[in-house]
Amino acid sequence: MSALPVEGPADDDVLVRVDHLVKHFPVRSSGLIRRTVAQVQAVEDVSLSIPRGKTLGLVGETGSGKSTLARCVAGLIPVTSGRVTFNGRDITNLSRRAMRPVRREIQMIFQDPYSSLNPRRRVGSIIGDPFAIHKTATGAERKRQVQELMERVGLNPEHYNRFPAEFSGGQRQRIGVARALALRPQLIICDEPVSALDVSIQAQVLNLLTDLQQDYGLTYLFIAHDLEVVRHVSDTVAVMYLGRIGESGPKGPLYESPRHPYTAALLSAAPAADPDAAAGRQRIILRGDVPSPIDPPSGCRFHPRCPKAQPLCAEAEPQLEAKAGDPATHLTACHFPVETGENLATATAATPAAGGSELI
Amino acid sequence: MSLITGLEAAAQEVGTDAAVVEGRSQWQLTWRRLRHDKVAIAALLVILVMIVLATCAPAFVAITHHPPNIAYPNTGETAAGNPVPPGTAGFWLGTDGTGRDLFIRILYGARISLFVGFVTTAIGTLAGVAVGLIAGYFGGIVDTVLARFTDAVLAFPYVVLALALAVVLGPSLTVIVGVISFFSWAAIARIVRGQTLSIKEKEYIEAARSLGAGPFRIMFLDILPNLLAPVLVLATLYIPTAVVFEATLSYLGLGIQPPTASWGDILSDAQNFYQVAWWYVVFPAAALLITTLAFNLLGDGIRDAMDPRTERVFAARRGRGQRRRQRADQPPVISSGSGVPGADLLATPEGSD
Repeated sequence: MSALPVEGPADDDVLVRVDHLVKHFPVRSSGLIRRTVAQVQAVEDVSLSIPRGKTLGLVGETGSGKSTLARCVAGLIPVTSGRVTFNGRDITNLSRRAMRPVRREIQMIFQDPYSSLNPRRRVGSIIGDPFAIHKTATGAERKRQVQELMERVGLNPEHYNRFPAEFSGGQRQRIGVARALALRPQLIICDEPVSALDVSIQAQVLNLLTDLQQDYGLTYLFIAHDLEVVRHVSDTVAVMYLGRIGESGPKGPLYESPRHPYTAALLSAAPAADPDAAAGRQRIILRGDVPSPIDPPSGCRFHPRCPKAQPLCAEAEPQLEAKAGDPATHLTACHFPVETGENLATATAATPAAGGSELI
Repeated sequence: MSLITGLEAAAQEVGTDAAVVEGRSQWQLTWRRLRHDKVAIAALLVILVMIVLATCAPAFVAITHHPPNIAYPNTGETAAGNPVPPGTAGFWLGTDGTGRDLFIRILYGARISLFVGFVTTAIGTLAGVAVGLIAGYFGGIVDTVLARFTDAVLAFPYVVLALALAVVLGPSLTVIVGVISFFSWAAIARIVRGQTLSIKEKEYIEAARSLGAGPFRIMFLDILPNLLAPVLVLATLYIPTAVVFEATLSYLGLGIQPPTASWGDILSDAQNFYQVAWWYVVFPAAALLITTLAFNLLGDGIRDAMDPRTERVFAARRGRGQRRRQRADQPPVISSGSGVPGADLLATPEGSD
């Protein structure tokens, strides 16, 4: 897996590079002597890079390891192996002290606007936290900057002394955005920033994020399970399944002609805004559930659920590489990539692979 | 309350501006609810009166001209050498076994009791919060060591140790404060640890970490404010325990030493006279009872007021009279479908208090 999903830009244009990142969580037995009995393979050999000022959308269902990947990049949890490079500097598993200056450059926006704000602290204090922690502004100056931030993200600066509970979900997420923006970071990791919000509010927050990116030249690592949201904000998209990247590439080609059967299935399942377009397509229904990351399937991790699976898929791990006629930026980890225009829904019926076919 | 105001101030360290729209803090909401709790307010008043009386004890000495440790064999004792009853010769609550003013001695006893109560609770709470926060936040070996130590302290027969220490070190106020403090932090530490374990998994703690906040900043600015409610309730309920503990030790002769007045000492002396001088037993015992009861009731009240769900209880209580009148106007609703006799009775909302 030497190939990187995005290889186009030169190295100094790449803000974040992740090389062969692996994150395992030990499963310990209960009791006094806690032996490690298994490993949850949350992230397995993931490589990606984000060009400066661009947005990488990371898609995957619950448990695919996207949030774990984000926390590894943010340096919130130690990495099992692999490397995270930020601005050309290796920031893998830095000590808290060494990480401190890097923290100013990498900020996070969290999924849950309710639990990501301390209910006992006033909004001004929450947004002022970055200034207090990094001692960049104090007293009246801090307050002025906080109120400026509040105004920038569309909050009333007069609500400085309110508590988070007095705001709506969308407003709370704006508070989270203001906090992430406070130190003018280069990279903001958005961990499903809108999935807890109403659809109408989602658009407002997404537009705010887009505006901020233009104004401040921000780079986003944007995590979501909503494909339409990702399409709206991303330049490149990576699809994760069970800790691995299945397909990645510029959003246009990836959405137009998905190569990985999993991407194709996800896209076919996404609700379409246009009912006419929805009527003309067939949904690919996957068999079974996502297997446990403690004991992932051999070979291609997607093979037990794949409509195109062949015996080879269970044996050999497919490499992430450009497939038939794709540009070098569009990479797929699949032995039998989907052809443009191929109908997977019929492929499902034609190839009843071993086991679970009655579920279709 | 200084602990709370200090933290509140720290939490809003960015400063407040009168022009800025003010959010209602947890403490304002708690106070609003507490104000409607008549029992808690009465308890609070009793405590305040007790504190004022204890603080102003020298003023009462000035009025009665009866210093606490001076015996009045002529006016303060009957011919048989027994205590004189309340109201005699300027002794408002009578005298004790050696002819001293009982009222003044109870006031001076209150000083000791309240001092021991507040100081030991303050020490115990601070230590308990610190141990609980550190054990819960750092986890791992730190947690194992601190949590097992806490368990050991909780499992200790504390009366036995207190007695032993008092005997070995000699009874004194310092020993009493030390012993009671030592046994009061463990329960608080255990509760704080549990709460910390749950709060540290919240996303806002991760947010603080991603901002680069250090462990102590997170513990004291992000976790502690969320723990103040249970800690305050526990502390309020600990004060009476400490008061009773001090009285017990003094009663056994291992606490405050004569001639210094202490409720436990007074009660201990009084048992020789209970047949001839009821006031000698009743008044100090009542002082002890009223004080501990008031703290307990106040603690319960604060606990209820801190719980946002009790808002509904108060609202229901206020609206109950109205609802009763409404109910009388309506025909009784017979619950359909349930064949259980009396099911409709059970289904009546708030049938009794």
